[in-house]
Amino acid sequence: MKRLALLGMPNTGKSTFFNRLTGAGARVGNWPGMTVDLLSAKILLAGDMVEIVDLPGIYNLHGFSDDEQVVRHFFASQPVNGLVVILDATQLDRQLALLLQLKTLGLPLTVMFNMADEARQLGIRIDHEKLAAELAVPVSLISAKYGQGFGHVRATLEKLLREHPHPGQADSQALNQDQDIESELDRIISDSVTTPVTLPPNLSQRIDRLFLHPWFGLPLFFLCMFGLFQLVYGIGTPLQDGTGWLLDQLKSAVLEPALQNAPNALRSFLIDGLYNGVGTVLSFLPIIVVFFIVMAVVEDSGYLARAAWLMDAVMARMGLDGRSFVMQLMGFGCNVPALMGTRIMRSRGLRLLTMMVIPFSLCSARLQVFLFFSGAVFKPFAAASVMFALYLTSFLMAFLTALVWRGKYRSHEPLLLEMPPWRFPTMRQLLAQAWQQSGHFLRGASGFIVAGVVMVWALTHYPFGIPPASPATLAGRLADWMSPIFAPLGIDRLLSITLLFGFVAKEIVIGSLAVIYGAGESRLAGLIAQRLDWVQAMSFMLFTLIYTPCLSTVAVLKQESKSWGFTILAVAWPLGLAWLVSFLFYQGARALGW
Amino acid sequence: MMARTLDQLEPNQDGIISLVKAGPELVRRMSALGIRPGRRVQVIRRAPLGGPLQVRIGHTDLMIRREDAARISIDNGLLS
Repeated sequence: MKRLALLGMPNTGKSTFFNRLTGAGARVGNWPGMTVDLLSAKILLAGDMVEIVDLPGIYNLHGFSDDEQVVRHFFASQPVNGLVVILDATQLDRQLALLLQLKTLGLPLTVMFNMADEARQLGIRIDHEKLAAELAVPVSLISAKYGQGFGHVRATLEKLLREHPHPGQADSQALNQDQDIESELDRIISDSVTTPVTLPPNLSQRIDRLFLHPWFGLPLFFLCMFGLFQLVYGIGTPLQDGTGWLLDQLKSAVLEPALQNAPNALRSFLIDGLYNGVGTVLSFLPIIVVFFIVMAVVEDSGYLARAAWLMDAVMARMGLDGRSFVMQLMGFGCNVPALMGTRIMRSRGLRLLTMMVIPFSLCSARLQVFLFFSGAVFKPFAAASVMFALYLTSFLMAFLTALVWRGKYRSHEPLLLEMPPWRFPTMRQLLAQAWQQSGHFLRGASGFIVAGVVMVWALTHYPFGIPPASPATLAGRLADWMSPIFAPLGIDRLLSITLLFGFVAKEIVIGSLAVIYGAGESRLAGLIAQRLDWVQAMSFMLFTLIYTPCLSTVAVLKQESKSWGFTILAVAWPLGLAWLVSFLFYQGARALGW
Repeated sequence: MMARTLDQLEPNQDGIISLVKAGPELVRRMSALGIRPGRRVQVIRRAPLGGPLQVRIGHTDLMIRREDAARISIDNGLLS
């Protein structure tokens, strides 16, 4: 099979180029170092199937980061027909160094100067014919985002494949030695690229002046994030209700009549267990899709890198850095992608500490539980303050955790990050990203949630023939067994069962309450208000906030850390903390006579 | 000529990098991002509360913590 490798520095639009060339949906983000796994796709070029491999973005062929090692390993082991090098046309002054290093590999290569449109706007003029002659490689000017110059790209690649029909191996000497290429670089640049001494005061800098303002920068950022979460809920909730309604219709119109004659236990398993389980996952899909689209806008725009800059001083005092804060914020939507986002960190200590902190972010699934409980037990005005207190607790617990564990997970990683120019994400990119991320979520989490819901069903329904979740069921007996742990927190045995289910996914807490109390969601609020006073409700919410977010989070913690020891610590510590905080709150409030 | 380090430049001041005092790995990373002797660097602004600097080298904006910026010696570019 013929093979072409795509290579370039991080954040040059390499993945966008890959998407446009192959039609596949590789992850695209305006955040250095986003593509970590090797993506490949097969396309038809010059009459042959050709495999296109998207290598991770690297700054240097000889560096020691994971990505740079991946690339070296790839060249040492995989023959290729040619290299397609993507360079950011606005930063040729430093990007050409990588090209000169790659030339020493002795492989056929062709160069794409991406973001040619942005370069033109900045007043940078590139004499690409002179540059191609100097470098002795073919050069094309393109815009991967808007597709300019793309008609020419396929022809260029086909020409390269016709001239080099047999895959070759990289010169292994070149992988090991570092040449002095800087003087050559400076000569080529000054010959063929003319740049204005100072860039025209363009829009990007004017936006920076506002968003990076020493006093208004941070408040403005929080305001934006608050607005975006409102937007996610504003758009996502009606869609979620609609999906739930559709699933209900399907259940009563098709599933229930079809299973009329099935044995009771089987029918209950299929409908109460499996169907409701899958339904739970599906009804959350719209909110997740909307969330990923909104996050993609923030990410691609370049705002996240600036948030890291604004918050780094605060985070550094806790052994974290600006990127940790960004991931923590992403965790307020869903902890799972936020945990995966820590891949951009090179230092293992910093990465593990950040992964320890993220699960305290009050994610949208927990938000749902709190909205329900505070609405049921508190008056509207008090309910808003309760929500605020919970968000505050979320940050406090995260910071406390970082302070306690920063000694164990030390890092001296210097924060050296690009601040990319502000960019407008395109619709095509956003949809590709939302599609891919949601698919990833479905594949990764649905197994867990389905298994969890089936487990809930089994615990609350076995032995059959008695009311679900009554004392004689497995769940009832488990609750008796756990009551010495939860009684000092003011959490009664029925609520403790929902905490057990909440370990699987917070999405099913309210649903399982409805099963346990035997009431529809509409009557449930009244029942809760009768059975719990505000101190008990608050204690329950604090515990729900702090302990393990969900099984998917645990699975990702394990997958990303590749360490059982860390995973167990990352589950045990929040559990202990949750118990302690609820205990102190409940006993303290009772001691004060509330 | 007065020798200073990058963290001592005021916003909007610039200068030429004369020396980077750091381990080989950090020197390599800085060099790949354009931080190497002979290049002109400008401080754009400083983050509040002792946070990182935003610096411009060529057409690239970077963030760098003040403690790391202190490893970078600058020739006074204002006179040149």
